[in-house]
Amino acid sequence: MQKIGVFVCWCGSNIAATVDVQAVSDALAKEPGVVFSTNYQYMCSQAGQDMIQDTIKEYGLTGVVVCSCSPRMHEATFRKTCEKAGLNPYMVEIANIREQCSWIHKDKETGTEKAIILGRAAIAKVHLNAPLTAGQSPVTKRALVIGGGIAGIQTALDIAEAGFPVDIVETKPTIGGKMTQIDKTFPTLDCAACILTPKMVDAAQNENINILSYSEVESVKGFVGNFTVTIRRKARYVDETKCTGCGLCTEKCPQKKVPNEFNLGLDNRRAIYIPFAQAVPKVATIDPNYCTMLKTGKCGVCSKVCTAGAIDYKQQDELIEREYGAIVAATGFNPISMDKFDEFAYSQSPDVVTSLEFERLMNAAGPTGGTLLRPSDGTHPHTLVFVQCVGSRCDGGEKGKPYCSKICCMYTAKHAMLTREKYPDTDVYVFYIDVRTPGKNFDEFYRRAVEEYGVHYIKGMVGKVVPENGKLKVQASDLLGGQQLHIDADMVVLAAAIEPDKSARPLATMLTASMDTNDFFTEAHPKLRPVESPTAGVFLSGACQGPKDIPDTVAQAGAAAAKVIGLLSKDQLTCNPCVANSNELMCNGCSACEKVCPYGAITYIDKDFRGPNRTTLRRRVAQVNPAVCQGCGACTVACPSGAMDLKGFSNAQIMAEVDAICK
Amino acid sequence: MSDMTEIVKRISGVNPRKCMKCGKCSAACPAYDEMDYHPHQFVDMVENGRLEELMDSKGIYMCLSCFACLERCPRSVEPAKLIEAVRLAVVRQQDKNHLKPEQIPGLLDAELPQQAITSAFRKYRK
Amino acid sequence: MTYSYFPGCTLKTKGKDLDIWGRASMEALGVTLEELPQWQCCGAVYPQAKDEIATKLSSVRALVSARDQGRDLVTLCSACHHVIKRVNCDMAQDEYIRTRANNYLQLETPYAGETKVLHYLEVLRDEIGFDKLKEQVKRPLAGRKIGAYYGCLLLRPSKELKFDDPENPTIMEDFIRALGAEPVVYAMRNECCGGYTTLENKPYAAKQAGKVLDNAANCGAAEIITACPLCMYNLKENGGGRLPVKYFTELLAEALGVKEAEA
Repeated sequence: MQKIGVFVCWCGSNIAATVDVQAVSDALAKEPGVVFSTNYQYMCSQAGQDMIQDTIKEYGLTGVVVCSCSPRMHEATFRKTCEKAGLNPYMVEIANIREQCSWIHKDKETGTEKAIILGRAAIAKVHLNAPLTAGQSPVTKRALVIGGGIAGIQTALDIAEAGFPVDIVETKPTIGGKMTQIDKTFPTLDCAACILTPKMVDAAQNENINILSYSEVESVKGFVGNFTVTIRRKARYVDETKCTGCGLCTEKCPQKKVPNEFNLGLDNRRAIYIPFAQAVPKVATIDPNYCTMLKTGKCGVCSKVCTAGAIDYKQQDELIEREYGAIVAATGFNPISMDKFDEFAYSQSPDVVTSLEFERLMNAAGPTGGTLLRPSDGTHPHTLVFVQCVGSRCDGGEKGKPYCSKICCMYTAKHAMLTREKYPDTDVYVFYIDVRTPGKNFDEFYRRAVEEYGVHYIKGMVGKVVPENGKLKVQASDLLGGQQLHIDADMVVLAAAIEPDKSARPLATMLTASMDTNDFFTEAHPKLRPVESPTAGVFLSGACQGPKDIPDTVAQAGAAAAKVIGLLSKDQLTCNPCVANSNELMCNGCSACEKVCPYGAITYIDKDFRGPNRTTLRRRVAQVNPAVCQGCGACTVACPSGAMDLKGFSNAQIMAEVDAICK
Repeated sequence: MSDMTEIVKRISGVNPRKCMKCGKCSAACPAYDEMDYHPHQFVDMVENGRLEELMDSKGIYMCLSCFACLERCPRSVEPAKLIEAVRLAVVRQQDKNHLKPEQIPGLLDAELPQQAITSAFRKYRK
Repeated sequence: MTYSYFPGCTLKTKGKDLDIWGRASMEALGVTLEELPQWQCCGAVYPQAKDEIATKLSSVRALVSARDQGRDLVTLCSACHHVIKRVNCDMAQDEYIRTRANNYLQLETPYAGETKVLHYLEVLRDEIGFDKLKEQVKRPLAGRKIGAYYGCLLLRPSKELKFDDPENPTIMEDFIRALGAEPVVYAMRNECCGGYTTLENKPYAAKQAGKVLDNAANCGAAEIITACPLCMYNLKENGGGRLPVKYFTELLAEALGVKEAEA
């Protein structure tokens, strides 16, 4: 028989106001095995913890029940307390009489009765508890960063700075991400390329960083500290080690009609290309969808002009497998498609553009060399209409996104301001629902657009754009002015909502990391653990976790790196001892458990068992790898023979709790 | 009048609280300049119990029922349904029909389709 | 192939051309449109209020009649299509309306939205296919620049009509292309022509029609097609004669060779 101590916490008045704590400790004192029972104002305080430790020693307790708040809050605290007093930490059970009792009941009598029942259940469980010892697993001291935008670059640089090797996997031919396409950055208006490209070069030159561009994660196995990742290195038909990035091939390639994705299709590139001048790695890539040589076997111009002999039409995709201790998701975002918002005539007029396209039209390295010209006829626009919240803040139907995309108010203010600064002869209108500019120097920036640059901010929305005779007839509401406006505009710029990159969902499945309904990665705790995924060893950086501007992204990228460094600096990780365990004598080898295990922790072996009359029987039985098992319990439910059990949460323990509650 | 407001909300099926005051409905409305109150105001005024003013307005007969406001509303508020409900609240009262049969002959012309008269009767009287 | 067919009041009188050439063309395409026996006017506007039951019953009767014949129901007039399709959605999805409508009608088998309602253009697109239609064209309308006018009733609310993208529809453009003509896309093609106000506010109806026609003409259209008799009236009578307006079935009949070309 266990010798159990019961400690009932008041939690100030949080519990004591709706639960008669004295009655609870008195009632539980009468339970079998309970040799001590008391209550105290704050059991988690130093005095409360001292009391528990003293009682363990004085009474020789073998088990402890704390009736207090949720185990998520203080289970670890009380386990540590008891461990220091010489008790195995897994001999401690928490009865949650706060979140599941006092906070939800108004009537003290009911609350007290329920608290006693919850305490009784915990006592019943402790009777069946056995001491558990946590194992250890080693840590591979290398990190993988998936996505090479500003988030991934910053995370990689910070991890590398701490001395750990880190790989960046980027699906595009170059790292840099969306920030490479942006012209100027708010609120300081410094040039995006000027602050980003040095970081790209740093990443390339850092000996701890290995950039795997034009590559994708194919599969992920393992667990925190011990991931095995297969990476597909897509064939770029150019030998990266030989290419010098001279760019001659990209000038000579006869296939000139390939939409240039870097400029969002606003101009064309060749079939062999380097996305932009500061690309890292600065290596050419052949686009197999357009290359005449790859499609028909006739051409070979690039190969002829390449003095380095880097062109390799026979190159194949290559799969490489690497070990990592930590993985960072930094897959970023994209503007949503404007397909379902054609009241703005995006499909009907090239002069209706998205904000990202507008960035390219303002950028010195863009299709117009930085002179703002209308895509339709190359003329200078005089009247520009900016529309905010296109596809943001929708009510979650098929069209649009329910969230605020967060960055649009600021970049629209920036676009409006830059337009007015560069072209004082322009009339610039911004239609807004709300102007949201929280952030250091953000609201001041927006006010400058209005007050110094004379941008017309109009509270209202655009309802229809009609292209006609070279103009865009804009019909809009002016809610504060109490009128419907009709503006003959030359260009309309749509602040399209942003959404997570499409690669995020399959990646989350590979990582067993959770996502919200919008496909943003979920953080382990929205306030207190914002850069960790609930899946151990997986961290989040940048807009894949939620809409973010550059300052927020860089801050979060650094935070994710700090968490990775904390993990990689450990030699061993303590495992959770509450893992599944198969009773080989009962296992019938049916594979039901293996099929439901989300972590791949279960394997089967053939094992000899002693049979009657000195015979041996060879049977197939399940084995659990305790380092991989996360203790989710799915296998214990799936097992038809009752062989699979979870340590610390055995079927017998759960049933004992249920019996105690129903008694 | 507060009972009437509840009726208007119920028969329209519109929940004005879903409105985020973006003005998309009034931006999309082709009949804006013909109406004394505009689609976004119907939502706001019903929410704030100003039904009487809406019922007195001539704009309720100018709504084209073209559903542009309803289609483009990012919050699925569906102002068109509210405008029709306000119109019904008026014409369902005794002697408040907006169109009288004796007016019809004067409005006809040789090409006018039956549809125009039927729909006017549907929309403007009970 | 045989469908039940609901012509509606206007197609029997002022909108005869929409009906006659619609039927003749379907006949030429090997499809029979069998007029519903004893159909009644759909009411021309969909009653949006949740407590309007009686005004929806004539549409329900048409739907029930098609169901009892085991056929899909084809409509041609935009207004009829709008009303009948939306009433059908109510019967399928709104328990309140379904219960009350069935209580009124006291049918042997209560109706719950089983009939599939198809607009004539949907039959062409989804049942026959524009590719097949193209093969049947005897006199391609080559060189003609035609603007499709959708108006409101066919497209909105898209959640219920499910006809095409409400902001960027393509079905009529694809139709025009199948007949060998060149479709002219213009932004006003899904804006209201103002026809409903023609009785009370003709100047406004005229202004709105003018905007539609100006936009079509300025985008290069030489003629306009529509599926709605009220749009036809408004664009023609109130639109100032800027562009010729035809029913889309007239165009179809011309291309199929069942109607003499008019130039």
